[in-house]
Amino acid sequence: MISPRYFREIPQRYRLEAGKCKKCGALFFPPRIVCSKCKSKEFETVKLQDEGKILTYTIIRVGPDKFSKETPYAVGIVQLVDGVKLTTQIVDTDLEKIKIGSKVKLVFRKIQDEGKWGLHCYGYKAVLI
Amino acid sequence: MRDVAVIGIGMTKFGELWTMSIRDIFVQAALDAIQDAKVDHIDSMYVGTMSSGLFVGQEHIGAVMADYLGMTPIPTSRVESACASGGVAFRQAYLEVASGHSDFVLAGGVEKMTDGADVTESLATAADQEYEVYQGVTFPGLYAMIANAHMHEYGTTGEQLAHVSVKNHKNGSKNPNAQFRSQVTLEQVMKSTLVADPLRLLDCSPVSDGAACVILCPLEMAKKVTNKPVKVIASAQASDTIALHSRDSFTTLNSVKHAAAKAYKQSSLTPEKIQFAEVHDCFSIAEIVVTEDLGFFEKGKGGAAAETGLTSFEGKIPINTSGGLKSKGHPVGATGIAQIIEVYEQLTNQAGERQIKNAKIGMAQNMGGSGASCLIHILEAV
Amino acid sequence: MIGIVGYGSYLPRYRIKADDIAKQWGMDPEAIKRGLMLYEKTVPGQDEDTITISVEATKNALRRARINPQDIGAVYIGSESHPYAVKPSGTILIDAVGIGPDVHVASFEFACKAGSEAMYLAYSLIKAGEMKYALGIGADTSQGAPGDALEYSASAGGAAFIMGGENVIAEILFTHSYTSDTPDFWRREHEYYPRHAGRFTGDPAYFRHIYNSAKRLLEKSKMTPKDFKYAVFHMPNGKFPQEVAKRLGFTKEQMEVGWIVPWMGNTYSGSSPTGLAAILDVAQAGDKIFMVSFGSGAGSDGFIFQVTKEIDNVRDLAPKLNYYLHENKIYLDYGQYAKFRHKIILNE
Repeated sequence: MISPRYFREIPQRYRLEAGKCKKCGALFFPPRIVCSKCKSKEFETVKLQDEGKILTYTIIRVGPDKFSKETPYAVGIVQLVDGVKLTTQIVDTDLEKIKIGSKVKLVFRKIQDEGKWGLHCYGYKAVLI
Repeated sequence: MRDVAVIGIGMTKFGELWTMSIRDIFVQAALDAIQDAKVDHIDSMYVGTMSSGLFVGQEHIGAVMADYLGMTPIPTSRVESACASGGVAFRQAYLEVASGHSDFVLAGGVEKMTDGADVTESLATAADQEYEVYQGVTFPGLYAMIANAHMHEYGTTGEQLAHVSVKNHKNGSKNPNAQFRSQVTLEQVMKSTLVADPLRLLDCSPVSDGAACVILCPLEMAKKVTNKPVKVIASAQASDTIALHSRDSFTTLNSVKHAAAKAYKQSSLTPEKIQFAEVHDCFSIAEIVVTEDLGFFEKGKGGAAAETGLTSFEGKIPINTSGGLKSKGHPVGATGIAQIIEVYEQLTNQAGERQIKNAKIGMAQNMGGSGASCLIHILEAV
Repeated sequence: MIGIVGYGSYLPRYRIKADDIAKQWGMDPEAIKRGLMLYEKTVPGQDEDTITISVEATKNALRRARINPQDIGAVYIGSESHPYAVKPSGTILIDAVGIGPDVHVASFEFACKAGSEAMYLAYSLIKAGEMKYALGIGADTSQGAPGDALEYSASAGGAAFIMGGENVIAEILFTHSYTSDTPDFWRREHEYYPRHAGRFTGDPAYFRHIYNSAKRLLEKSKMTPKDFKYAVFHMPNGKFPQEVAKRLGFTKEQMEVGWIVPWMGNTYSGSSPTGLAAILDVAQAGDKIFMVSFGSGAGSDGFIFQVTKEIDNVRDLAPKLNYYLHENKIYLDYGQYAKFRHKIILNE
């Protein structure tokens, strides 16, 4: 059971909550205890905007067990308008339409299942806009 | 700090070693290294393994090996830095000898990947669990994203990636310990199945079992037993963000750049002075990016360098004469030590068909995950 | 004045044509399309379920309502395909959307009318003065057994309605529910596909309950079908709602906007709610809307809405149902459809 590990990341995976360093303004997603830029430990919670663009991507054709029935699927690094970068799947599109620079929006989707008995695990995925 | 030398080496063949357990392969390699070094005891031992726990269910592996080598009560530790675990073992051994704390230290690496564990899932523990792996990305996927960014920014081609694999197989065909001794053609690489676009099956290093060990001692003691000792003239390590997406650039590996800068400073060398190097080609694109970040080629020109033969056995700076991870095999924890062994064999004229003429200064570059850690060692025949 | 303050809908992008299902099972596609009046249906992506659909619909509803999600005091999701048998879908939705934790959450099930129930309860809490806003959602990713008649219609989609007492865009004037033990369609615990009683699902079930709920509603309100601009009924296929409309005295023109089933399929708990959303997308101030759902087992919930001028302020703040219905469609063949809907037995 990965309940505690899953539960802790809910604000990030469901609502894109990031930490903003109160001293230097750097954004961290997920939030951190110490700012890696200025070493301050004071943060405020900010909700990131859900639009961004693709910086790089790939098409996974040989997937890990949990995702093996979904291949081929696209995974990319997206930079949101706030500047934060994250790794996410890119779905609901012909794979050929995905390009570096494509504009995307993050939507709420199921990411994986913990087998037949475990949790449904949700989070963000990108769709082309 | 004393000067440190390598005085003995031992390694198993790399490949699918069905009849040998993790204990068997490490003990074999360690005994060979001790015999090669002609020492009658060792003072301590470092065992580098990425995940003996996930692969065979065995942690506390330092103690296991001390026991099975019949060497208790010597101190022994397991060290880990994903695919750079071997490099870390070497560095820790180096520091222990350099500090004067011990005289003979064994640095070993081992991985037993074919005992039925889910290899993809186990290897994925080297990436960001919650924000990379959770999302469905794999290691080929991470390096594929590096490759795509490199192709987009510098025009690197799939063919240039393939040249790396062809070269490494050519070199590995001359390595009796290599997992794959067959050569591959450019066409075979370019036609092999896509794993994560643009990386193909033959762009990726394999799943392997293997162990490799070296013995380190103070240079002064080494000079007593050989007139051609191999000195460790640089030992450097650096870290970078665990997640690829946290980095400012996906085409530069900062851990490599930082470790390289430190290594060149320690040894008072520049990249041109390095005659040959073993680099961490977990995927063909990794070799291209690393050769750039080590300063051998201008940023963006690593692909062309491979394509035009600059890194071939006959080239300006032979890279991975052992066959690299691609052809030699990549039992994760053992790789860092196996790289040191190749450099040592070149410097002591034991590289057989792979021997480079007048080998004097060689480098070993070992890397963990998507570059979150990097170990660089430079050895010189003195 | 109490009623809908914000509404939103969502349909997945994937589709399968009735032609392709018919071909798979050796049926005559033209006869199927004629008989059911269905051309294609929505298919949820492998990563979509009742919860993800509800989240999208709710985000659209919040865009229109323009309220603080923290002011929503209750969240009800009605569905026949809740991802968990025990753990309400709403518990995940609230965290995804930023509602709560001071909120009441429950899941409803009543075959295809679980959505209208959620709406009814949400509305009732506002009427009772219990809270400022309450959210009622109908969403489904329903399943039809391979080769069964229901395979042509069982589809995916949903709509969300925020009920409140301020800036109401569609006032709820009257409601009436009508229920009985009529076993026309059910699913036993632990079974994967539902069962139905063939033609018994018609007159004794669908028609009886919608007709009676509608009649009582008209009596309560002292209105006749002529008073309404729009009407929408539960849409298990294209034919049934047209027929019940005729029996009640509603015209094809009144039915047209809400009659989205030929391209959407039967989104079960999302059926009449998405039809209602399609109507709200075009309705004008003063228009009256007549809606009666139907859930097998069996029962109907009836509503009479009257649109206010507030609708002009919110209509364009989120995507409309027709956008989801007709734009950016991705067609699947039967093999892809079977894989998406987990109809293939895997060696696990």
